[in-house]
Amino acid sequence: MTMSTKQVTNMEQLLEGIWKQNPVFVMVLGMCPTLAVTVSAFNALGMGVATSFVLVFSCGLISLLRKQIPKEVRIATYIVIIATFVTLVDYIIQAVSLALYDALGAFIQLIVVNCIILGRAEAHAAKNPPLPAMVNALGMGIGFTIGLLALGSVREILGAGKLFGITLFGEHFQPWVVMVLPPGGFFVLGGWLLLFAWWARRKNAGPRSPHPNPLPEGEGANVPLRGTSDKRGHHGA
Amino acid sequence: MEHESLGQIFIITLLSSNFVLAMFLGLCPFLGVSGKLETAVPMGIATSFVILVASLCGYGLNLLLTHFNLEFLRLISYIVVIASTVQLVEMVMKKFSPALFRALGIYLPLITTNCAVLGVALFQTARGYDLGQSVAFSLGGGAGFTLALVLMAGVRERLKLSDVPGVMQGTALSLMLAGLLSLAFMGFAGVGVSR
Repeated sequence: MTMSTKQVTNMEQLLEGIWKQNPVFVMVLGMCPTLAVTVSAFNALGMGVATSFVLVFSCGLISLLRKQIPKEVRIATYIVIIATFVTLVDYIIQAVSLALYDALGAFIQLIVVNCIILGRAEAHAAKNPPLPAMVNALGMGIGFTIGLLALGSVREILGAGKLFGITLFGEHFQPWVVMVLPPGGFFVLGGWLLLFAWWARRKNAGPRSPHPNPLPEGEGANVPLRGTSDKRGHHGA
Repeated sequence: MEHESLGQIFIITLLSSNFVLAMFLGLCPFLGVSGKLETAVPMGIATSFVILVASLCGYGLNLLLTHFNLEFLRLISYIVVIASTVQLVEMVMKKFSPALFRALGIYLPLITTNCAVLGVALFQTARGYDLGQSVAFSLGGGAGFTLALVLMAGVRERLKLSDVPGVMQGTALSLMLAGLLSLAFMGFAGVGVSR
């Protein structure tokens, strides 16, 4: 949406999805596959590559057809195009790696309803020629894969003591089992977001920033709480 | 597939393998709409209804596609059916309950891209449920989604009154909360399993 006004190079398009608008950490889109399949780094990589494939090719096709698709039925058309590519990916993964197919299960087919893809199609591919659209989609796909890998590796290291199936620690490592269970997904993603928020705050405001968001109402009730929460804030930082 | 009674399927999908907190389906509305209780409840009910309809349509479609050996069209036909169901719900709601229609706003069409809806259709196919089991599964799923949404909205309403450190505010806090809720729901593991 923001870039249609300016002329941007392909490199910037690519980098935008990877860093500035990272779908996992900045936009917090496509949460369902992000949390569900990232119990190991290998699954995360597989899911990331599959999603990127669908993203790039469906954005390319949508961009090619953007003058033909009537405005009223565009969402339905996008969904059908995306579903076609997802079906392709589903069969390809089944042929290439049955282990990955079993691990990802129905979540491969659930790529259809990943908001990142429909969001890219609507916000970028529908307004731009095929090449920039595909480059932009590739950037988003890489960003998504990096996000998934960041989650998957942390969860695998903490929860199983392994990375890509290779044991990292000695025999006495006690796996932190909760990390590969559902709550771990929420905790690890929350932790990453916390890290980025803390980093962005340090970069923007410097260390001695005032309390950023005092509540407009109920001031009286907050006074006794403020001391404790400030202490906690310092502790975390 | 072991034999599970309909009640068991309902309880298991409602609690121990809750759609949102254990299977990560429908997280976008879960994080997006759970700010206030009065939008969380109608959203949960609307989604539950769509889940039920999608499950029934998905069951019929699957029979039809299997009969004609067209399984590779399953995904495309499911998503088209779901999109038109959501459209239908939207039109019915606009006609009979305009107030609710306005309250839900953009989130109503977004039910189409809710993983929970497509997830129900896909999972029931993958597990080979029959008609009764599918209905129990979708009812449990819808109720579980509503339950998670309402719980989360309740916690977040209380949180508005507390003083949270600046870095924690926003999505990070919601995710941590969801993690705690999910941890709590893991306590239900084993509920509804016979033996």
